[in-house]
Amino acid sequence: MRIDHAIISDWIAPNSRVLDLGCGECALLRELRQSRNTTGYGLEISIDKLAKCVEGGTPVIQANLDQGLSPWFEAQSFDYVIMTHTLQAMRYPEKLLQEMVHVGREAIITFPNMGYWKNRLQFALGGRMPVTNALPYGWFDTPNIHLCTVRDFEALCADLGLRILGCEMIDSQQRSGRWMRFAPNLLGETAIYRLTAA
Amino acid sequence: MPATLPLDSVGLVIPQTLHFDEPLELDSGKTLPHYDLVVETYGELNATRSNAVLICHALSGDHHAAGYHSMSDRKPGWWDSAIGPGKPIDTTRFFVVCLNNLGGCKGSTGPTCINPDTGRVYGPDFPIVTVPDWVRSQERLMRRLGITQWAAIVGGSLGGMQVMQWAISFPNALRHALVIAAAPKLSAQNIAFNEVARQSIFADPSFHDGHYLEHDTLPRKGLMLARMLGHITYLSDDAMRAKFGRELRAGKINFGFDVEFQVESYLRYQGASFVDRFDANTYLLMTKALDYFDPAAEFDHELSRVFAATEAEFLVTSFTTDWRFSPARSHEIVKALLKAGKRVTYAEIESEHGHDAFLVPIPDYMNVFRAYMERVSIEDATCA
Repeated sequence: MRIDHAIISDWIAPNSRVLDLGCGECALLRELRQSRNTTGYGLEISIDKLAKCVEGGTPVIQANLDQGLSPWFEAQSFDYVIMTHTLQAMRYPEKLLQEMVHVGREAIITFPNMGYWKNRLQFALGGRMPVTNALPYGWFDTPNIHLCTVRDFEALCADLGLRILGCEMIDSQQRSGRWMRFAPNLLGETAIYRLTAA
Repeated sequence: MPATLPLDSVGLVIPQTLHFDEPLELDSGKTLPHYDLVVETYGELNATRSNAVLICHALSGDHHAAGYHSMSDRKPGWWDSAIGPGKPIDTTRFFVVCLNNLGGCKGSTGPTCINPDTGRVYGPDFPIVTVPDWVRSQERLMRRLGITQWAAIVGGSLGGMQVMQWAISFPNALRHALVIAAAPKLSAQNIAFNEVARQSIFADPSFHDGHYLEHDTLPRKGLMLARMLGHITYLSDDAMRAKFGRELRAGKINFGFDVEFQVESYLRYQGASFVDRFDANTYLLMTKALDYFDPAAEFDHELSRVFAATEAEFLVTSFTTDWRFSPARSHEIVKALLKAGKRVTYAEIESEHGHDAFLVPIPDYMNVFRAYMERVSIEDATCA
């Protein structure tokens, strides 16, 4: 299992209802169904990825996340609403965050941390927009229109009144450890947060 | 006419007529004392009788969904694009059943049949049938065929409404419900189009209050007009523009009322050819079945409550340029299923074909359809 999936899986209580936003080919949902006996749905915009979810037997709704969750879901209808590596590509990330904790009891979010030391180095020394494994796009063709750092994200959570229940960092070696907590904004390439409405 | 049958065709098929003696009580309060249903089947029912798929037809459809009746047929069945070996409804895996609904005009008991009470053609006296009536008759067909549970029931448009009704009326009689280009009920605009279609039939002097067959005539103009109107609602603005634009048949305008634009020629052809294969009283009945369909009416118009008792898993599909039953109408179905906590997958297919798209083998549509039916088949294999 990928390390980010493993961390998320640890946070999920058995037999819970899960919604995965931008679920891709439903890999995470299938893992959670096996490891945590979860039920729930994926949301995906790409019809090709949706067909893969269908092949794997996961229920999935074809929808555009920029149109929000309220057209589809009632308040508090899931235990967890998960969104991995998608927040930064959203038109209205702050609205979506609020909808996630409205539709679910908890929100679990992963995003690429612009504050990661390699990104800072590329920007500070090279003077150019960072291009890494986690952020492989050029500035002109990137779908990532709302990149942020760990500190930016936490500031937004504070502004929106969202309570952070937990966070983990993963570095470019796909490692995650306690030592990263001393400087998460510097050491984490990918950030994973667990939030709830305050 | 195919010189040889395509490899992915179910081939030559022979419809069969099944007679039912048990009276069928209808929503209207009337009763059909006995009736016939004409059926086609493709593929083989497996030993555990678990691979049966029911196809429900739309307004002008019938039991001839796939294959050919003879080598001289100009076209295969109406849903040949989706049914056959290697197609989404793969007849090497599934036993596929399609029937002509009651009130139809292709062999099942309907307005063109003899009324046993009077010895005369039913004509306008054939009782109005509803989607729930159809589903009750289909459930009897299921038992007659020795099937206790369908692997899946599949239908587009009015056919999709029957699929929903099945899931509501007989929750454990189907494992999967494929609802394509449908709506949970008609909008006022949908009913308005149906009413104009009906009025155009009524206004034909050859209609004779529905007794045209006894007068040895047909309301050709009226039915043609109804079908022309229908066709406009099945196509999108884009599809019509792409297909016809403002192209002129003679290359120039003639300042007259004969057919000048290609689109006029198309509509007249579609209307005229429909009259030769369809009955006006059946058309009237089908539009009424559409208008009356509203399963939420008995549940305070709360669709999620209607679905509360359903057990089937759903695949709901819509098409972007369908304005007859737009994606928004499918959203209503999906949202209600989500609220009821049911397993549902929703695909919104990019297409320029309007409502007709559900019959067109659009690659994205076929991919999702095929993937879903493969799951149905794999599940069936693991159950058996």
